[in-house]
Amino acid sequence: MSSENAPHFSSRDAVVCRGVGKTWAAGTKRAHEALRDIDLDIKPGEFVVFLGPSGCGKSTLLYLIAGLEDATAGQIWSFSDKVETPSPERSLIFQETSLFPWLTVWQNVSFGLAIRGASQEERRAVAAEALQRVGLIAAMDKRPDELSGGMRQRVAVARALAMRPKVLLMDEPFAALDVQTRARMQDFLLDVWRDSGASVLFVTHHIDEAVALADRVVVFTSRPGRIKTIYPIDLPRPRNLFSREAETMRIQLTELLRDEVDRAFAEQEAFAVPA
Amino acid sequence: MAVVTRDGETGAAAGASRPAAATRQLAPRLLASMAGLDWLAKVWWTCLSISLFAGMWELCWAMGWADEKLLPPPHIFLDNIGEQGKYFNTATRWQVGQSMGEGPSAFESVLITGAATTMRVFVGLVLASVLAIAVGVLVRYYRFFDRLVLPTITLLSPVSPIAWLPVAIFLFGIGNAPAIFMVVVALFFHMVLATINQIDTVNTNLINVARTMGASKPQIYARVIVPAILPGMLQVLRMNLFGAWMVVLVAESTGVGYGMGQVIMLARNTFNPSLVFFTIAVIGVLGFTFDWLLRLAQRRILYWLPDTAERLRVL
Ligand SMILES: Nc1ncnc2c1ncn2[C@@H]1O[C@H](COP(=O)(O)OP(=O)(O)OP(=O)(O)O)[C@@H](O)[C@H]1O
Ligand SMILES: [Mg+2]
Repeated sequence: MSSENAPHFSSRDAVVCRGVGKTWAAGTKRAHEALRDIDLDIKPGEFVVFLGPSGCGKSTLLYLIAGLEDATAGQIWSFSDKVETPSPERSLIFQETSLFPWLTVWQNVSFGLAIRGASQEERRAVAAEALQRVGLIAAMDKRPDELSGGMRQRVAVARALAMRPKVLLMDEPFAALDVQTRARMQDFLLDVWRDSGASVLFVTHHIDEAVALADRVVVFTSRPGRIKTIYPIDLPRPRNLFSREAETMRIQLTELLRDEVDRAFAEQEAFAVPA
Repeated sequence: MAVVTRDGETGAAAGASRPAAATRQLAPRLLASMAGLDWLAKVWWTCLSISLFAGMWELCWAMGWADEKLLPPPHIFLDNIGEQGKYFNTATRWQVGQSMGEGPSAFESVLITGAATTMRVFVGLVLASVLAIAVGVLVRYYRFFDRLVLPTITLLSPVSPIAWLPVAIFLFGIGNAPAIFMVVVALFFHMVLATINQIDTVNTNLINVARTMGASKPQIYARVIVPAILPGMLQVLRMNLFGAWMVVLVAESTGVGYGMGQVIMLARNTFNPSLVFFTIAVIGVLGFTFDWLLRLAQRRILYWLPDTAERLRVL
C-alpha cells in the first residue's frame, strides 16, 4: 500500500484501479466489506458499464474513484494522478437527484464556476452552453422543483459537463425514468459522450442499457464485490439493438448476472434468519 | 426533448383552461379574484373561530355557570378599554412630576406597553438566533470548538429559563436588558442544538456535489450547508417564538421592567380578572401578528420550498 512499491501502470489511462478494496467502518464491530481486489483499467474516451447485484459495491467503487471516500486497500490513479481527494476532472452524477433546491437551473449548472469566482456573465454563458447540449435551454431560469425527474437528471448531467471532466461517473442516473424517456436519455448521453471525449463509468441494473451503451461491461460478484468478468460489447455504433448479436449478448449477460443475484439473495436470507 | 419542456409548462394550466378561447382569457382574472377570496376566507375563518370560542364563554356567562367576578366574558373585559388602559405603561404615566391625568392616553398606553414587550421579544429572538446559528456552525466546523463548548451547552439547555431570572436581575437590574437576556437565554441553548441537528441532516449528496466541484470547506459551509439548514432554522425560530413570548412575560412580571407581564402581575395583586383577560387578549393578538409576519418572511426567504400544507390538506 505504501507508495514506494507502487505497481506500474499506463499513466495515460483515465482510471486505473490496483487491488482496490473497501471495508466500511473498518476496525469496528460493524465492519462491512463492500469491495475486494478490484483491478481495472479504463482508457480515455471509453464507455464502461458496471453491472452487478444490488449491494455489491458499484456505488462504493464510483465514490472511491471520485475521491469522495478513501479505499481501505489498493490504489487508484487517474491520468497519472493518485486519487486522494475529489477533483473537478472526475464528475459524479448521483443515484438520487442532487440539485441545489435554492438555486435556479442555470445557477446549479454553473455552481462549479461560482466556486472558482467566475463572473456572472461567464457563468451564464457556460451554463447556457451546457444546457443547450442537454436540450434544456428553455428551463434555464426555473427552479429544480419545477422540473420533471428526467429534466432534473439532465440538469445534473449538464452540471457535470460544465466542469469539462475527463471522467464522468454516473450512478444509475436514469433508474427512475420510464422506458421511453430512458431510451432518449441514452441517445442523448451517447451524443454528449462523443462530443466531450470523456471516459464514462456508468452503473446500471438494466442489461438492455448495458448493451446499448457500453464498450465493455464489468460484471460484479455479490458482496464483497469482485470483478467476475469484463464483457466486451463490440457492436458498431449506432447500434441495432434488435440484431441477433445484441440479443445473444443480452442473454449471456443475463446468465452471468443471475448466478450472482441468486447468491446475493441466498446470503441475505441467511443473514435475516439466523440458523 | 423540447416536447418534454413544453408539456411541463402547459401541464399545470391545462386542467383549468381547456374549453374555449373566451374562458381562457377569463381564467387569469378569475384566478386573481379567487386568490382575493382565499384571503378573505382566511379572515372569515379566523373570525369565526374566535367568535365561536367567545360565544361559548358568553353562553356560560348567560347561563350563570361562569361567575363574572372570576371569569368575566369578553363583552365585559373588552367593555371599558379606557379604564383598562389606565394600568398600562405605568412607568411613563407615573414618572416624577406627572399626575395621573397627564401622559399618554389609555389607548396609547396599551400600544406603548405592547410595543415595548414586542420589541424585547424581537430583539431577544434575533440575538438568540444569530448567536445560536453562529455557535452551531462553529461547533461542526471546528472539532476543538465542539469538544470545548458542546458539553456546557448540553448541560445548560435543560435548565428552565425561570432559574436564570435572578441572574438577569443581578447582571442587568431593571429595564429592557434583563428581559432581553431572559429571552436569549431561554432560546439560545435549544437553538444551538437544533442548528447542529440541522447541519447533521443535510443531504450528503449535496455536500459531495460541492466537493467534486472543488469547493473548499468554508465554501461548502457558506454555499451548501447554510442555505440547506435555513428552512429548518426558520421553523425552529417559529417554534421558539411562543417560548420567547412566555419568557418575556415572566421576566416582566417579576419586576425587571414595565410591560405586558407587569400589567398581569398588577392585575393579580389588585384582584382584577377583567384586566387579566384584557391583557391576555392583547398578548394573543400581538403573538398572532408576530407569527404571521414571521410566516410571511419565511415565504419570502424560502421561495424555493413548495407549499406542502396545501398538499397535505387535500389528501
Ligand atoms: N456509507 C456507508 N456506510 C456503511 N456501509 C455502506 C455505506 N454505503 C454503502 N454501504 C454498504 O456497502 C455495500 C455496497 O453498497 P453500494 O451502495 O456500493 O451498493 P450498490 O452496488 O451501489 O447497490 P445498488 O445497486 O442497490 O445501488 C452495501 O452492503 C452497503 O450496505
Ligand atoms: Mg448504488
